Amino acid sequence: MTPPPADAAALSTGSTRALLAGEGSHGGTLPGWAPWAAFVGALAVCGLLETALGWFTIALMLVFGALVAILAIYAWSRPVEGARRAKDRAVTMAIVAAFGVSMAPLISLLYEVIKRGAHGISWEFFTSDSRGVVGGGGAEHAIVGTLVITACAVAISVPIGIMAAIYMNEYGRGPLRRALTFFVDVMTGIPSIVAGLFAYALFELFFGPGIRMGIMGSIALSVLMIPIVIRSAEEVLKIVPQHLREASYALGTPKWKTIVKVVLPTAFAGLVTGVMIATARIIGETAPLLVTTGVVDSLNANPFQGRMQNLAVYAYNEYRSPGVMKQASYDRAWAAALTLIAIVMILNVIARLVYRRYKTEIR
Amino acid sequence: MEGRKLRDMFGSASKPGTEAEEGRNTMSQAGPVTETSSQSRGAAAAARRAKTLEAKEVNLYYGDFHAVEDVSMTIEPNKVTALIGSSGCGKTTFLRSLNRMHELTPGASVKGSIQLDGEDVYSAGVDPVAVRRLVGMVFQQPNPFPTMSIYDNVAAGLDFNAGKIRKADKDEIVERSLRGAHLWDEVKDRLGRPGSGLSGGQQQRLCIARATAVSPEVLLMDEPCSALDPVATLAIEDLIGELKKEYTIAIVTHNMQQAARASDNTAFFNLDESGKPGHLVEIGATEDIFTKPKQKETEDYVSGRFG
Repeated sequence: MTPPPADAAALSTGSTRALLAGEGSHGGTLPGWAPWAAFVGALAVCGLLETALGWFTIALMLVFGALVAILAIYAWSRPVEGARRAKDRAVTMAIVAAFGVSMAPLISLLYEVIKRGAHGISWEFFTSDSRGVVGGGGAEHAIVGTLVITACAVAISVPIGIMAAIYMNEYGRGPLRRALTFFVDVMTGIPSIVAGLFAYALFELFFGPGIRMGIMGSIALSVLMIPIVIRSAEEVLKIVPQHLREASYALGTPKWKTIVKVVLPTAFAGLVTGVMIATARIIGETAPLLVTTGVVDSLNANPFQGRMQNLAVYAYNEYRSPGVMKQASYDRAWAAALTLIAIVMILNVIARLVYRRYKTEIR
Repeated sequence: MEGRKLRDMFGSASKPGTEAEEGRNTMSQAGPVTETSSQSRGAAAAARRAKTLEAKEVNLYYGDFHAVEDVSMTIEPNKVTALIGSSGCGKTTFLRSLNRMHELTPGASVKGSIQLDGEDVYSAGVDPVAVRRLVGMVFQQPNPFPTMSIYDNVAAGLDFNAGKIRKADKDEIVERSLRGAHLWDEVKDRLGRPGSGLSGGQQQRLCIARATAVSPEVLLMDEPCSALDPVATLAIEDLIGELKKEYTIAIVTHNMQQAARASDNTAFFNLDESGKPGHLVEIGATEDIFTKPKQKETEDYVSGRFG
């Protein structure tokens, strides 16, 4: 009954602790605020250095600060926590910095548009057009135009796009399918002005030169939107598991009914999200609308007759040819941009709500 | 006589264009039939004679790959036929050929004939969709439709394929199918909840209820218990014993105790080596296969001395 020597016990627990702490570790841990401290410290150092050199800009400070912070956290962690955790901290810092860099333009853009656009937002902006006004007026005609043109484009693109995706995913086989996939990919790369000229040329054949109509713009936008819808719908249909289709076939269900009753409902949330993203993508197009729907100052809600204004062209036009009161025109251009961004955001929120409501657990 | 009726059923569903209408006719004809069978179910359950499936020299291919070679066997009515054998020997492929699911795989093809009460399900003029209405299937993974409630899952076959049907009739069929699948008491208070919220064993019984709700003649089961725990497995095996009173059942299983417990006949499949087609070694009464098999191969396999 002799107890083991005290120093042997201490040695064994000590070595277990060292093993648990990990290779190369010295058993220490940096405090929780260490990454923040490293980042702020690095920013401060870079800021001071730049000021001393006389190059100070915020962007430069952020970029160099992030790089220095990565090095600093590594150098700090290495002697305390060991090599592996130091690398982990450096990579984590790098990833967060990359995320920050990617967010920076978005936040800067939103900030700028809201700051400048807020001036132009008024009751008048939403409720009057700019027919025969000097210096005042609103963008009602452009908002209505954007909504009508986009709605028509969606109405054209969604059935065509989803049916094409169903063909490609459920029916298409062999070389025809491969060719279609290839051309859909090519279509996603068509410059938007080419789509506009295509729609213009198409209508010119029937209605003669100089024709301008809202629906022409919708068709031009459809050319841009259809491939996006096809691609996203195809991806969504692909993840509907085969065993659900087979369960339906085993009940004696024909293929088309299986698609309508099982595949499409299962994929519904994803399909809606894809359509919303495609809509957001085309709603701000300018060039194809400039050549197809034209520029106009008065409200026109009929897509089959006459010119139609839209927000992107409105903003472009207010900026390019401001009236006598230049600043008011510029304000309205920014307000139009802000309105457009708000519409896109609302569409995205709707898409998310639909997705959350209808998403199905797919195994 | 019966064969002619069968041909009429195949033929009617294969006519394009009139499908919905025909479906309704079939349903209205089927209505009284199921009524009577449900009455007889209570009194003399074995009264209903299901249909016989007979495979004659069936060869199955995936593209150039010869998966199953020369299988001839009879799947007897109102009995459970177990298909056993090692992995990759073509049991599941053979099972899927029985209701023409095999051909859904791109490049798959079939030679030979499979007869349902003497009518070849692969002859020209037979609609595979109609075949699958008569020969239902339960899969390895429980696969309730994720967008549908428990009720809608069971009624799916009716909703998809039976045309208009009275709500009261539908309620009755759903209840009867769920009772038949021993699931009614567990779900009767939450029929509107999603089917995917059930446990694995319950989901599999839901799939069985879904398959029986359309009143098929034959039920094919592809390893229905392989994803389930022993308690759920036992529940399904009990259920299979009940179901054979009304249906012809073929079941693929990797579990030899299950084959011994739950089946009347057993067919043993094997393949000589990987890459060669699988074939049927022997088929016989389950007792004989497990106690006095004719082939040495079978004996080795069932006694676990294989490979």
